[in-house]
Amino acid sequence: MANIYRIFKKEVGGYMNSASAYVFLIVFLALGATLFFTQGGFFLNRQASMGGFFVFVPWLFLFFVPAIAMRIWAEEKKAGTEELLMTMPVRDYEVVMGKYLAALLLLVVALLLTFPLPLTVRHFADPKTPVDWGPVAGGYTASILFGAMVLAIGTWSSSLTRNQIIAFILGCAITFVTIVLGFPAVYEVLPFGQFLASLSPWTRYVSMYSGAISLADVVYYLSAVALFLYLNIRTVESRKWM
Amino acid sequence: MIEVDNITKSYGTTRALTGASFRISKGEIVGFLGPNGAGKSTTMKILTCYIPADSGRATVAGHDVFTDSLEVRRRIGYLPENTPLYMEMLVVDFLRFVGGMRGLKGARLKKRVGDVIGLTGLEGAVGKYIGELSKGYRQRVGLAQALIHEPDILVLDEPTSGLDPNQIKDIRDLIREIGREKTVILSTHILPEVTATCDRAIIISDGRVVASGTPQELTSRGRGEQHVTASVRGPRPDVEAKLRKLAGVQEVSVLDVQDGVVRLELRGAKGDGLSERVYEAVSSNQWGLVELRRERATLEQVFTDLTT
Repeated sequence: MANIYRIFKKEVGGYMNSASAYVFLIVFLALGATLFFTQGGFFLNRQASMGGFFVFVPWLFLFFVPAIAMRIWAEEKKAGTEELLMTMPVRDYEVVMGKYLAALLLLVVALLLTFPLPLTVRHFADPKTPVDWGPVAGGYTASILFGAMVLAIGTWSSSLTRNQIIAFILGCAITFVTIVLGFPAVYEVLPFGQFLASLSPWTRYVSMYSGAISLADVVYYLSAVALFLYLNIRTVESRKWM
Repeated sequence: MIEVDNITKSYGTTRALTGASFRISKGEIVGFLGPNGAGKSTTMKILTCYIPADSGRATVAGHDVFTDSLEVRRRIGYLPENTPLYMEMLVVDFLRFVGGMRGLKGARLKKRVGDVIGLTGLEGAVGKYIGELSKGYRQRVGLAQALIHEPDILVLDEPTSGLDPNQIKDIRDLIREIGREKTVILSTHILPEVTATCDRAIIISDGRVVASGTPQELTSRGRGEQHVTASVRGPRPDVEAKLRKLAGVQEVSVLDVQDGVVRLELRGAKGDGLSERVYEAVSSNQWGLVELRRERATLEQVFTDLTT
């Protein structure tokens, strides 16, 4: 446990020291807000709703999250520091968890920094009607859970290669496939379509940001995170089988 | 302290170790010597629990490197090849991080960070990013992190490669200093390094240990045939002919002739006295003896003999 915290602390320090984390935050916030106000139909629909933001989150995360995750292991492999790290008295899973949680913190910070959006929505809303914060809370919960899953996919991809570009493309590709499996146009033409669709985070995400958070969906996301972190641990371990 | 029995390791179809065995006792400074690709780094990676061997057994202080890996890792300080470090970290933050991972905390951590900074002469670099440092200073950071938890055993993979002669001397002095109390294993393909710093050399070639001993033992093993160079002032044909007739001479070759001085190389059978006989022959012919030298087998020759 103490080791997870030490790795976490080092990684967070790394984010605070690196320009790329700030660039990530700024671009994510700018793009998110732009999409919300121009493409999200916020003004057009005349509805005080965050729905026009949350509908874009998976597509933003599809690229942004693998971009955060790509360096997590690939950089260590390339620089050789993996050897330094893994010959310290630390268990593989402790390193995997510490690195993952630090990146997750960056993701949560990015989402929290979108707080001006709900405030803007509140500002434009009819002051006499009480605001329903349910869908907003649901949207943020859905975004964090979805982001956590993509991040687990991304860190696993990063552990498979020493090349950050390959890690990025792999992370995007796996995420993209899991998303589109939830599209009727895709799952209806595939064998076992209904089963494959049930593995996709997409429909769960959509129902969650609409405000319907079910325990099954939360369990789904946490299981997906656990699966990819497990694969990550096995991949880090795999240097010992070859 | 360290016992390695018949370990093998392959990467795909490449066989890196083909049954290496050796023992290292407490307090020794041992040099792993071998050409590139001989298996030095692989052996070190196995001892430091980065990768396991395919077969065979290795124990460090009685703990198996595979089944008791955390215990082994606690006892070892390791500097991997090419000194990988976190370039974007401050030296002091990096040392604190490694110290923490090595189980130090609070006042003890603070003290040890100060100690290793002093020991490796990093005082001027603590507030800098590792990426800003010269190669020599990075090497010191690498040594500092390996020493921070006062390990009994230090494993250093090519600790002086890529350094300038002054830096090499500093690092060697440091290793000797550390080696007074600790068991040190270092690998190198620079032979004088072994003579300069190590109590014992283990020569590895093609994944096996081909020789082991003090530098003196290894060089005496190579000695056998006699090898003498002489520079003689005299007529070249006569000098060459006379020396060729001396007892025990098998081969004479003239290296060069300059200003009436003939420089020759003589090789003779096992035994002694070749240089004395050369001297007698020169003086009885009233030639001038400019130089006479008995060549010793160097570690280089032993190394070449054993590894090719």
